[in-house]
Amino acid sequence: MQAVLDIFDIYLLEAVINGILLGGVLALLALGLNLIFGVIDVTWICYAELVMIGMYAMYFMVQYYGISYFIAAPLTILLVAILGALLHYLVIAPLLTAPPINQLLATGGVLFVLQSFATVAFGIDFRNLGIRLPVLAFGDMNFSYARLLSFLAALVGMVAVYLFMTRTFTGTAIRAISQDRQIMALMGVDTKRIYLITSAIGGGLAGLAACLLVLQYDVHPFVGLSFGPITFLICVLGGLGNFIGGFIAAFVFAEIISLGGLFSDLEWGYVLAFAFFIVMMFIRPAGLLARRR
Amino acid sequence: MLELRSVNAGYGTFQALFDVNLDVRAGEAVGVIGPNGAGKTTLMRVISGLIRPSRGSIAMEGVDVLATPPHKIVSLGIAHVPENRRLFPQLSVDDNLKMGAFLKEARGQYAERLEVVFELFPRLKERRHQMAGTMSGGEQQMCAIGRALMSNPKLLLLDEPSAGLAPVVVQQVFELVKRIRASGLTVLIVEQNVQQVLKVVDRAYLIEAGTIRASGTSAEMLASDTVKEAYLGV
Repeated sequence: MQAVLDIFDIYLLEAVINGILLGGVLALLALGLNLIFGVIDVTWICYAELVMIGMYAMYFMVQYYGISYFIAAPLTILLVAILGALLHYLVIAPLLTAPPINQLLATGGVLFVLQSFATVAFGIDFRNLGIRLPVLAFGDMNFSYARLLSFLAALVGMVAVYLFMTRTFTGTAIRAISQDRQIMALMGVDTKRIYLITSAIGGGLAGLAACLLVLQYDVHPFVGLSFGPITFLICVLGGLGNFIGGFIAAFVFAEIISLGGLFSDLEWGYVLAFAFFIVMMFIRPAGLLARRR
Repeated sequence: MLELRSVNAGYGTFQALFDVNLDVRAGEAVGVIGPNGAGKTTLMRVISGLIRPSRGSIAMEGVDVLATPPHKIVSLGIAHVPENRRLFPQLSVDDNLKMGAFLKEARGQYAERLEVVFELFPRLKERRHQMAGTMSGGEQQMCAIGRALMSNPKLLLLDEPSAGLAPVVVQQVFELVKRIRASGLTVLIVEQNVQQVLKVVDRAYLIEAGTIRASGTSAEMLASDTVKEAYLGV
């Protein structure tokens, strides 16, 4: 085993695999945002703030009330799913026919409201679950168990969404709606209800991401800034509303961050990723896989 | 079965229908003929709830259609095959048909309805995994009609089923309409292809500038001077 691994630069391989593991959670976040954009045609600027609320929910349930992680996780997913549906019902639905800039401003407003709410309610302390998962040693390489677990859970989440979208009547309607909104009524589909369900799924994915991210990162009111911008970049790079493009772009970004971090500091990985994004926007402005119309 | 009484409808300030009265009895095939822009498509849209009339009443088997939310009109037994087919181009044929069976009542009979549609359109079964948008016009029309049949309707609204199709395919489409009729379905069909449609329907209405100008049995319409001069080129 050791002999085989020696052929590669062990750190390079470790970085590549860590990139893949990071890509899983990023792909999950991108899927949620893409789903909302693809179906409802609005961008939830405050998507990462829903994740932040979910992380706080996990923190309080696990740390404060002593609920087991595996019971708290589904409750958090449910809570953020309800938040997503509420966001649609209270903010997006009244603005559905409004110009896109108004929708952006409204969800941008929600971002500040959620950040300020968290600051006032929970304070600016960094908090964590206090769960320290072991590090997995494989040959000379070290992998965080939390990352591996997150990657697998993110994959399971994405497969679940895929099956729902392809196997069920409601899922098929979610895919159909962006192709022809006007005739959905002829199919007996209540578009308002589909929007609400889609928003709840988008929220649920943010909730799942929260459960996974809280294993690796501390919670604070501005934690959304760590994932929000990168999620948007991934969605835009993959082609807004394009699920497969978003999936691929998530891993491309994750590898750049991970490999960039290998050659210098982790922060430089992010700088490289953003630089790559800017260059790509010149080469392929519509995204890696431009959404076909 | 379907009753329209003094229906007025339009888009914004433009009025497309003026005091339209129209009846379709159970088991009948009724045609609506007339020139481009006469209001034929508006008539269909008003019935299926895509637009709401400004005045008048519509009843389906005694149920007030205007009091029913648009997405619930399908469950009254009205299926609308819209103008230009309006398939979901990036969904497979299977998924398009699945959308036609979205209604709760229809989901339970999904497998049986699929059998019926595939028997009527064997072509669709061959193409079931193909993207609907990549099929030929005739196949797309079959898929659109199949999709409407998935809801197990009592009344089928067909809006220009022959539009944009090659002459041979037009023949096939009208052949299909005959077969659908024979299966006991009530059909209301809008067409510009007057000669063909009058062969298929029992009765027809002539609509011009949003007003019903004439109506009668197919034979009467074929004999009528108005129809002859304007549409049959005799």
